[in-house]
Amino acid sequence: MWLEIDNASIAYSGNAVVHDVSLVLQQGQIGCLLGPSGCGKTTLLRAIAGFERLTAGRIAIGGRHVSGEGCFVPPEQRRVGMVFQDLALFPHLTIADNIGFGLRGLDADERHKRIARLMAMIGLEGREACYPHQLSGGQQQRVAVARAMAPRPDLLLLDEPFSSMDADLREKLAREVRDILREDGVTALLVTHDQFEAFAMADEIGVMHHGRLAQWDNGYNLYHEPADRFVADFIGQGAMIRGSVVDAHSADTVLGRIHGDAPAGCQPGCIVDVLVRPDDIVHDDASSHQAVILEKAFRGAEYLYTLGLENHEQVLCMVQSHHDHNVGERIGIRVEIDHLVMFPAQREAT
Amino acid sequence: MAEAAALLWREGRLRAVGAWTVDGLGAQPPGLPPGAAVGAVDAAALAALDTAGALWLLRLSEQAGGVAIEGLAGARQELLERVRESRARMAPARPVRDEEGILPTTGRQVVARLERAHAFLAFIGETTVVAARLVRRPGRMPWREVLGLIHSAGVAALPIVGLLAFLIGVVIAYQGGQQLKLYGANIFIVELVALTTLRELGPLIAAIIVAGRTGSAWTAQIGTMQVREEVDALRTLGISPVERLVLPRLLALLIALPLLTVFADLLGVFGGMLIAWLVLGVSLSDFIARFPEVVYPSAFLVGVGKAPFFAAIIALVGCFEGFRVSGGAESVGRHTTLSVVQAIFLVIVADALFSVLFSWLNL
Repeated sequence: MWLEIDNASIAYSGNAVVHDVSLVLQQGQIGCLLGPSGCGKTTLLRAIAGFERLTAGRIAIGGRHVSGEGCFVPPEQRRVGMVFQDLALFPHLTIADNIGFGLRGLDADERHKRIARLMAMIGLEGREACYPHQLSGGQQQRVAVARAMAPRPDLLLLDEPFSSMDADLREKLAREVRDILREDGVTALLVTHDQFEAFAMADEIGVMHHGRLAQWDNGYNLYHEPADRFVADFIGQGAMIRGSVVDAHSADTVLGRIHGDAPAGCQPGCIVDVLVRPDDIVHDDASSHQAVILEKAFRGAEYLYTLGLENHEQVLCMVQSHHDHNVGERIGIRVEIDHLVMFPAQREAT
Repeated sequence: MAEAAALLWREGRLRAVGAWTVDGLGAQPPGLPPGAAVGAVDAAALAALDTAGALWLLRLSEQAGGVAIEGLAGARQELLERVRESRARMAPARPVRDEEGILPTTGRQVVARLERAHAFLAFIGETTVVAARLVRRPGRMPWREVLGLIHSAGVAALPIVGLLAFLIGVVIAYQGGQQLKLYGANIFIVELVALTTLRELGPLIAAIIVAGRTGSAWTAQIGTMQVREEVDALRTLGISPVERLVLPRLLALLIALPLLTVFADLLGVFGGMLIAWLVLGVSLSDFIARFPEVVYPSAFLVGVGKAPFFAAIIALVGCFEGFRVSGGAESVGRHTTLSVVQAIFLVIVADALFSVLFSWLNL
């Protein structure tokens, strides 16, 4: 276990910003803290770097206890690298000097070799003498990653590193950075509010909400087996429809009986909300279940339809775009849910 | 539902009709017709009247220039009079003040200042510890940067320091000379100019100009780095910001300010010398001949000896305020101002303390 956080809490003058968070990251893994703004993810990251103190709990990096229980290692002695939101490259230093900044204590030859290797890794050979402002945003981004990696930190932290990039550049850059980290076997923790960035980079993703870690899992499980309503809502698209539990493997809804493993704690007969993802609804003209198209959104290869059911509940449905239906039309639908996700019913839930 | 209140305007008379009650008046009670000359308000045809209606009638009659309200009788007239009386007695509502009293404000201010002083002391302590560590490994000091800082803080300040010191010397000699002339003691201008410049004005002028020029610039530099998270970046690269940012500046100013003080001394005395010659008729050779007789080396050393202390104050305050920047550009501006004010304030306080100390020591 490379990074270990046990029951960490951070509070400013009595207001809890991070509450009782525990997580573990293995060596060489890339983790991600995902959540809406103000959920405490950046504060937690800064606590790992040593810029914030814990009010409770402890943090260990590479088996070394760095925060909590009366122990506090300052950032300059933590051996963590950090890539900042606005990159924070040193504007008056060349790219090579930026990358080599943290390489004191190495002799000139080794230092030069390390810089050359990192420059090659980020694909900027020959640009050593440039200044940061002469590079594009994506190139600066990679320089910032290389600078943080140069002293071979035990842990690399990335604070919303792609937030200033164009949306379509973001995912590509996230994958490039992931490959660079993989190549060097770096253990890293990323903070973002963009789930696609998280899916593109991370092995393990923690969804944070109101300072708590709602779920720590891989992307597939977050989407298909969300631990609570917030995660279900935050990750991907979907709608909730009312249902009642029949037995441990099925539930009755307006779309018929849905099969799949019901989570523990749901007694037969109790009222639940069933999570229906757009890919769970299949367009099938032969089906006995009909739905009215309320809205449609063109997504290129697909249409995302918002469908109204008999009891005025709504679901989303992804249909190939050559099945072009008009708003108000009735279409036949069928449910194909592999992962039945349900939560005890809330009043006024839709 | 009560009939709605309304105002009809005919031939200078306003007729109030309908129910002048809370319900009848509703959220938007009828107002005066714009531009109408109102002679009187006729309230004879009212369907109903309550306290709210009476109050509104009174307001309207006031707005119309204090016209009479006519046509009311009996209980209604009585109600109107009651409301009129109560209104006159009613003091205008005092605006609610949510400011806290003087004691909590004072307390908070005191605590904030103590906290600041504590943080500054801690900063001086940290700088001392890091400096002691660096003395053992001088190779870690970025010497080229120190040279650059000496240039920007010292060499580049020579013209302005020289000019101001010269002018101050001129002013002192001129003002003092006018008094000395009365007694025919012109030759004493040498003591006056030399001692004030060497002991006090030279070091003070140099320190104040450097605080305004360099201390503020360093606050802005470090503050901007703080805003751009470059200070945090330094720390995660394993480099102490105190070692990398504060010590070079402190060292540079410890070297530059005493030299600037010597320069200010020279130019100040030169200015005085010119005035002594032109206004008081003390020839340059007389001035120079008398100079070593009356000015002891201790006067010069006392002045220059204060300069490193002033340099430390300016560099430490400048860097400290830079590190206290948090948030955005506006915080940089605020701390830059604070840095100049505090540095000059502390320099003058230190100078006063030195005066007391030197008089005890008979220097």
